Amino acid sequence: MVLAVMALIGAEVMFFGGLISAFYILRAGSFSWPPIGQPRLPIAVTGINTLILFGSAVTMRLGVRAAKRKRRVAVTRWLLATLILGSIFLAIQGSEWIRLIQYRLTVKSSLYGALFYTIVGAHAVHVAGAIGALLFVTCSASRGRYSDSDHDGLTACSLFWQFVVLLWGVIYAMVYLG
Amino acid sequence: MSQAAVISHAAYAEHAEALGFWRKYVFSTDHKTIGKQYLGISLFMAIAGGFTAYAIRWQLAWPAAGIPGLGAITPHAYNSLVTMHGSIMVFWVAMPMLLGAFGNFCIPLMLGADDMAFPRLNMLSVWIFFTSALVLLASFVAPGGAAASGWTAYTPLSDTWTSAVWGQTMWLFAVALEFASFLIGGINFLTTAFTRRCAGMTLWRMPLLVWDEIAASVLFLLSVGPLVAGAVMLLMDRLLGTGFYDPSKGGDPLLWEHLFWFFGHPEVYVVALPGFGIMLEIMPVFARKPIFGYRTIIYSTIVAVGLSLIVWAHHMFVSGMDPRLATPFSVTTILISVPFAIIVFAMIATLWGGSLIFDTPMLFVIGGLASFIVGGVTGIFLGSAASDIYLHGTYFVVAHFHYTLFPVTFFGGYAGIYYWYPKMFGRMMDERLGKLHFWLTFVFFQATFIPLFLAGIGGTPRRVFMPSAYPSFASLQPLQVMATVATIGLIASQIPLVVNFFSSMFRGALAGRNPWRANTLEWTVDSPPPHGNFPDPPVARRWPYDYSVPGAASDWLPQVAETNPPAGIKVQRAS
Repeated sequence: MVLAVMALIGAEVMFFGGLISAFYILRAGSFSWPPIGQPRLPIAVTGINTLILFGSAVTMRLGVRAAKRKRRVAVTRWLLATLILGSIFLAIQGSEWIRLIQYRLTVKSSLYGALFYTIVGAHAVHVAGAIGALLFVTCSASRGRYSDSDHDGLTACSLFWQFVVLLWGVIYAMVYLG
Repeated sequence: MSQAAVISHAAYAEHAEALGFWRKYVFSTDHKTIGKQYLGISLFMAIAGGFTAYAIRWQLAWPAAGIPGLGAITPHAYNSLVTMHGSIMVFWVAMPMLLGAFGNFCIPLMLGADDMAFPRLNMLSVWIFFTSALVLLASFVAPGGAAASGWTAYTPLSDTWTSAVWGQTMWLFAVALEFASFLIGGINFLTTAFTRRCAGMTLWRMPLLVWDEIAASVLFLLSVGPLVAGAVMLLMDRLLGTGFYDPSKGGDPLLWEHLFWFFGHPEVYVVALPGFGIMLEIMPVFARKPIFGYRTIIYSTIVAVGLSLIVWAHHMFVSGMDPRLATPFSVTTILISVPFAIIVFAMIATLWGGSLIFDTPMLFVIGGLASFIVGGVTGIFLGSAASDIYLHGTYFVVAHFHYTLFPVTFFGGYAGIYYWYPKMFGRMMDERLGKLHFWLTFVFFQATFIPLFLAGIGGTPRRVFMPSAYPSFASLQPLQVMATVATIGLIASQIPLVVNFFSSMFRGALAGRNPWRANTLEWTVDSPPPHGNFPDPPVARRWPYDYSVPGAASDWLPQVAETNPPAGIKVQRAS
């Protein structure tokens, strides 16, 4: 299953590669960026949010390590922490979207808005999917599923989670700071 | 044999008997059934694709006459037919036949596995694929007609401007579902090949078909992402009113062409590699000779996969992209013919000096190889920017890609059908009907597309409703008529296949386990193989191409054979 997730990640990297190259191509062809009258992206709040998501990568890693040391309760606890941090990230992202829409940044307002919502939205969908997988894995962990030597499902889920976190780092650097 | 294996097989046998009709033939997780389902859907879609081909050709030959069975058509309907022909043949015939059918049927059997790594995901993939075919076919009757922007869906033709409002969106959804299906399938193939091989089946003992299916799956996984990204943006343009591809909103129509061809060119190899795999698998069996350059073929395949990701802009020499890009893309495009030339020469060297048996599968392999070479050689003219600028958008391009894709899909696919049919259904197909099918198909195929090369060199533009309306192309009209007559012949040539396919299922001679005296693992079990494939887990003791080994008792040594040739005799091995 780990191999399958690695193959999926390979395809996902290419998907986001396509989106991000579209972002750069369209930005290179536009007169001013961001366009006049469109809000700047919230760098500071999102920066803090990025740190929160990076924190979830650490808790995920600790959860896998606890599973390898056969500490059943610790596994569940770390996975729950990861779930909470991931959900906080999504919630803050959502509230930022609402604020941006109030500042009249929408998919139709400009290419800038369209690209922002497409790339960040595609990432948010991945975080939501990863949270779903994590929820499943956490339930299994609480029933003692990963306390023996079979960590396949947990490792696969952790791999995908780390990918989603790392991907956010790239998107933050390229879309917000770039 | 381990205790666990005995139990698991007993469980399989019991399980198989407990299954009712629906679980056994319709909602099955058995890779063999899923392979047959893919084959069935692809052959059914080939009928739809063939009908569109007939309608297109009739319109081009006799534009005033009205198409029998369809009536007179509008230019817009003609565009829809061309679009749907390309889409159906590439996504709903070639891919399910070469990847879906033979990949699913052969990979676990050839690797000595009981099933795919994820059997339920496998069932999901075939049902997503089935749904995608339904969505596509439904778009024919959508308001405004089916998509009409070509199988490449170039923007702005496919953007909000098209009159096929529903058709284009349904096309996008159908393609998205199809990609999801093959994404799941590709991940499954890859995982199966790396985790489900039987004892002794090292990577360097895998049959070439498995190698090619894996290479094609990896290539699909790597190339499809950017197109999905592009399709998401196109859908947003169509449904939400963004302007990614609309210059009036700051967008760029060329962006779509880049994202499309980044996928679209590798897609050719996603289809071609499994076709080669089938040919490479059949050749040694009917030449009674080891494959020539086993490892060289694999290395060439890997190089071709890598290079195919950096050739895409050769489709865009006249698109208005920066002309300075033309030279590097010309160079990579000409370079990629090197690994393919190596594979083709390895095929010819495998035939060289062999004791050739011209049964139907072998005829299709040789006919396919001969035709593919024509497609490969004419590709050089299109890969080079200098000559492409003249030939681009003419019937030369149409003839060229039909000479690459038709041999791979149909000659390769038919070779596979005639070769593995005994394993799939337990009975042989009729040889006389098979040979008739081959010769008719081969002759009519050449007669269809050779005139189109000439029409293209004459400058006739493709995708034009009525090229004969231009005085400069009117003199080339007899070529169009000849191609149309041959197309109708080509379609009629498929009747022997249909008759053969269904009558052999009931009346064919019983095949037994190994009718072709072949070495790979699927021929060591019953035809058709039971649920779970191998009663005892097999052990691979050699590579799959030990034919005519000096000193051996028979001219073939199955992969499971323990006997070694007498000491002192040097056996030709993979280089």
